[in-house]
Amino acid sequence: MASSTRVTFPNKFLPYLLLAPQLAITAIFFYWPASQAIYQSVLREDPFGLSTQFVGLDNFRRVLGDPNYLNSLQVTVIFSVATALIAMALALLLAVMADKVIRGKGIYRTLLIWPYAVAPAIAGMLWLFLFNPSMGTLAHLVRSAGYNWDPLLNGDQAMVLIVSAAAWKQISYNFLFFVAGLQSIPKSLIEAAAIDGAGETKRFWTIVFPLLAPTTFFLLVVNTVYAFFDTFGIIHAVTGGGPGKATETLVYKVYNDGFVNLILGDSAAQSVILMIIVIGLTAIQFRYVERKVHYG
Amino acid sequence: MANVELTNVRKVYGSSVEAVKGINIAIEDGALCVLVGPSGCGKSTLLRMIAGLESITDGTVKIDNKVVNELGPAERDIAMVFQNYALYPHMKVYDNMAYGLRNRGMPKDQIDKRVKDAAQILELTQLLERRPKELSGGQRQRVAMGRAIVRSPKVFLFDEPLSNLDAKLRGQMRVEIKNLQRQLGVTSVYVTHDQLEAMTLADILVVMNAGSVEQIGAPLDIYEKPASTFVASFIGAPPMNLVPVKADHSGLVLKDGTRIGAEGLSIPLTGALIGFRPEDLEVSAGTDTHIGGLALDLKVLGVEPVGAESYVYGIIGGERVVVRVPGRSTSNTDDQLRVIIPKQKLHLFGADGKRI
Repeated sequence: MASSTRVTFPNKFLPYLLLAPQLAITAIFFYWPASQAIYQSVLREDPFGLSTQFVGLDNFRRVLGDPNYLNSLQVTVIFSVATALIAMALALLLAVMADKVIRGKGIYRTLLIWPYAVAPAIAGMLWLFLFNPSMGTLAHLVRSAGYNWDPLLNGDQAMVLIVSAAAWKQISYNFLFFVAGLQSIPKSLIEAAAIDGAGETKRFWTIVFPLLAPTTFFLLVVNTVYAFFDTFGIIHAVTGGGPGKATETLVYKVYNDGFVNLILGDSAAQSVILMIIVIGLTAIQFRYVERKVHYG
Repeated sequence: MANVELTNVRKVYGSSVEAVKGINIAIEDGALCVLVGPSGCGKSTLLRMIAGLESITDGTVKIDNKVVNELGPAERDIAMVFQNYALYPHMKVYDNMAYGLRNRGMPKDQIDKRVKDAAQILELTQLLERRPKELSGGQRQRVAMGRAIVRSPKVFLFDEPLSNLDAKLRGQMRVEIKNLQRQLGVTSVYVTHDQLEAMTLADILVVMNAGSVEQIGAPLDIYEKPASTFVASFIGAPPMNLVPVKADHSGLVLKDGTRIGAEGLSIPLTGALIGFRPEDLEVSAGTDTHIGGLALDLKVLGVEPVGAESYVYGIIGGERVVVRVPGRSTSNTDDQLRVIIPKQKLHLFGADGKRI
């Protein structure tokens, strides 16, 4: 037989039994809600759920024609790109620095990993309290430095605040992976490059960074998904999408339209579009970015 | 081209761990110096200190009559071949070799010429467009060599470059490295724990033990006149036999109480070790024909035929020894043999392990 090296289970049902928990989770928490979203996105339903009506692609048409939705799309792009870039760049910087520390390496690493253990909503509250224009301690510092800090009124400042909070929380995760990535680069490669006349900066960009590419690529995918979906808690706690709609990302708008404004059809259509966007982005990342990645 | 001179070089880790204890070695221009010793003897540390990868606690390292203690690895004009080759996995063979030249701002056409010349010498021309992971162990080893020679540095440093290869390839590469080094005439320092590599490659052999030099010299001189029991048992395979002996008022006594003829040996009162190479024993046919040699009784424990020769394992005076016999051995287990060590092949070491 061609597949003689394959593991075969003596019991026919055992493999299905072993897979069942994961399949159940995927089915209940992904396929079922996703199919519900698709189903609802072609329906029109009154807020009380008393009457539903099939409307085809009307919901999609209306959503895509809505300037608020396009604004939300723009906000999401700015927010996601900024969050992913800052979270990854700072994490890489910290990882490289922590790699050089000789004494107390473990302590630095542990401390840098802690923020990841903080729940998004709590992290959001933390940043909210620190930077609240009327009572935040850090906000007070910023204001006393002569800067007119008011994220409750200024949309750009609100964006800076949620990007900071979202990036801050993700830095730990990225840091962990970058540290592991750096550790897997043999020291002799760095030494060989040093003998080959490459200075520290040059070594980083020509040896270390290319060899970290698999890690960086993985984190790019994870961070994109994080910025799109997992930052809901932070935005909800810090700005609630405001001021105006300056920080209303796609995910936040899905929630707002569906659960606050009770426009279920629109909300479902938006989440379907969001799903398509993320699937598309991930596909692009794998198709074009991964080709440049060298797996060691 | 340059000479290398180490003067009282020391390396201390932390405040007390002395890895290298004051080493003096002078390597002439174009010579291949092999540092050999068991793992942990400080040979790799010493090499890395010459390379500039490890700071020098004390003493001076001179390359081309210039003290390089404070220079970085790139400024010392050395090239190093690492044990794991340390090839850049994301670069093609060509770029691996060109990397050091590019960093030094060499013009492109010159780089191209140098890389292609080196590839020619090392038979890598067909492989220039490949990545390291597409190469066999031996080919990677060549690329590592190529990366070293394109730069035409003053000194080559080799850190156990062959230890990741299988035995057959190792023998082949050993010859190639030797020829290449001869051909290029570049002063080289080569670290290994393999005494065979050390013997065959070295112009100057440095035997190290526990951070110190045990002996420096030409390989065969060291083989023929080991300065200590450590060198005697480290260089040569199988190692030199060492039989403890004591002197009392009426002659010489071995460990198990066997008395032997003094044969003009002067043994210090603290006792000594008689050393002899496995190939230097003559198995006597008769019982008492020892003319001009030390006659000993050997009880055979076992025989190992390896083809061209046989190893006879046995006991002399309570000490295990091995005898190398050409071809097949006629001895059997439990045989009693009379063996003779010619006097000029006899080594004598004091109780402190130093040669007498």
